[in-house]
Amino acid sequence: MKLLSNIAVSESGYLFNPTNGDSFSSNAVATDIISLLKQDKNPDEIKKAILEKYDVEKSTIERDLDEFLQELRDNYLMDGDVR
Amino acid sequence: MTAESKAKVRYERPIIRKMNSGLMNKFGTRTEYAPTSHIDSVPVKRIIQEYGSPCFVISERTLRKTYQSALRAFKTRYPKVQFAWSYKTNYIDAVCNVFHQEGSWAEVVSGFEYEKAIRNGVPGNKIIFNGPDKSTDELKRAIENESLIHIDHFDELYDLIEITETSKKKAKVAIRVNMDVGVYPLWDRFGFNYESYQAWQAIVKIMNCDRMELVGLHCHIGTFMLTSNAYSVAASKLCDLAYNIKLKWNKSIQYLDLGGGFASTNTLRGSYLPGSDSSPGFDDYAEAITSTILNFGFKQEDLPLLILETGRAMVDDAGYLLGTVLANKRLSDGRRATIMDFGVNILFTAFWYEHKISPAQEFTHHTEEMVVYGPLCMNIDKIRESVSLPLLSRGDHVVVHKVGAYNMTQWMQFIAMRPNVVMIDAKGEVHKIRERETIDTLTGLELKPDHLKTFKL
Ligand SMILES: Cc1ncc(COP(=O)(O)O)c(C=O)c1O
Repeated sequence: MKLLSNIAVSESGYLFNPTNGDSFSSNAVATDIISLLKQDKNPDEIKKAILEKYDVEKSTIERDLDEFLQELRDNYLMDGDVR
Repeated sequence: MTAESKAKVRYERPIIRKMNSGLMNKFGTRTEYAPTSHIDSVPVKRIIQEYGSPCFVISERTLRKTYQSALRAFKTRYPKVQFAWSYKTNYIDAVCNVFHQEGSWAEVVSGFEYEKAIRNGVPGNKIIFNGPDKSTDELKRAIENESLIHIDHFDELYDLIEITETSKKKAKVAIRVNMDVGVYPLWDRFGFNYESYQAWQAIVKIMNCDRMELVGLHCHIGTFMLTSNAYSVAASKLCDLAYNIKLKWNKSIQYLDLGGGFASTNTLRGSYLPGSDSSPGFDDYAEAITSTILNFGFKQEDLPLLILETGRAMVDDAGYLLGTVLANKRLSDGRRATIMDFGVNILFTAFWYEHKISPAQEFTHHTEEMVVYGPLCMNIDKIRESVSLPLLSRGDHVVVHKVGAYNMTQWMQFIAMRPNVVMIDAKGEVHKIRERETIDTLTGLELKPDHLKTFKL
């Protein structure tokens, strides 16, 4: 499970997929998760980082992260299985 | 929240949104999502803390402001105007009394509403008694109180002829007239039809009965009328009847009652334009009605009193429903769904309106499209089919706007109980005006036969 290597990510949360021309905007938490994925962090490391930075319950980020990774896959931004 | 977590950044569910270059966001500007954190300067959060969620909130300031602007629209155009508060729209006593303090009479359509108006202290002769269902006892009482009885059908007219034979007082009556005003379907099930001379026949019967006095003519042509022209047509048909009564019996009709039906600024389900753009507004309706009457050719001394029974347009804006997100889920087709703690059981008007929903707290500009459901285990329990809202999480509060009309009367006690209703007065003080129901409110009405009191499982 990896973010596709050629996805361009800007600091302001703008994503561009040069393969198919799709572009996306993302909110702050999503931008952080994507940049962590770019650094090859695994889901546990990502959760830890988000919990440290944001005011959020562990159960919430667990649920949201699962769903978000699925969303990235649905949009062809990741390869492999989410699980 | 711990001291440590206070320093942390506010969390929002992660989302990405695909951008279609060249296409504008179809929802246009973002003002829809501006949070409503306060109502009349009172924090929404505080109301929910004190009165629970969901909770209806009425702004007394908005009630009065709306009443005064409606009155101004008519008074600046016509010398004799009287509003009568349509009880069925919202008959919580505190709401009725705001309108009575402003000068409204009462318009009621049942013995129950009649009794409510009397208990609120409305003088009998300032109660308009409408509707097809008036019992003999209710009619007798209305005659005794000199209330204005608006006759709906011939059976009622014959009842009255009989009752007044033995009553001490004459009955003060009007007839409800239905007519073609160019808006379809016709509301011809109430009152006497104008075009087929049924209304005239009823008038003749009343004029021939010396125990009844025909004081007025009434119509209520429909509800949420989006064209003010329909009111010109209605007014001119009532004027025509009044004119012919004058001609035949030399009797001046005291009032014309044009009923209710003005559109509020809500958006009807499935309509293309938001309600604020499509509703004509008080000035347009007033212009249509008053110019028709003024130009009809009444002598100055015969100019009838103009009565209006405006309901939803008077009270919609002043009502809010506060609620809380119970859950988020994703539907099988990928759409987002948000489940609220209020459903169509208490927000009955969700069947008619696309109610505006705002978050009650700040969010980033990110939004997503979602279906908004209520908490009932019923497929019909849908508040909005599709709405773009910020990334609501469980426990977040929302404010539903313009819910003042018909919800606090047509709400159902179904699956859940009805919540508290509070009113914010002009000074910003919050008053509870209707207690939330408890299980005892309901089971207190039930009776168990002896053989059903116990069981073994
Ligand atoms: C006789 C009568 N008057 C007034 C009203 C109030 O109508 P609205 O809320 O459309 O103004 C109604 C509503 O059905 C009505 O039946």
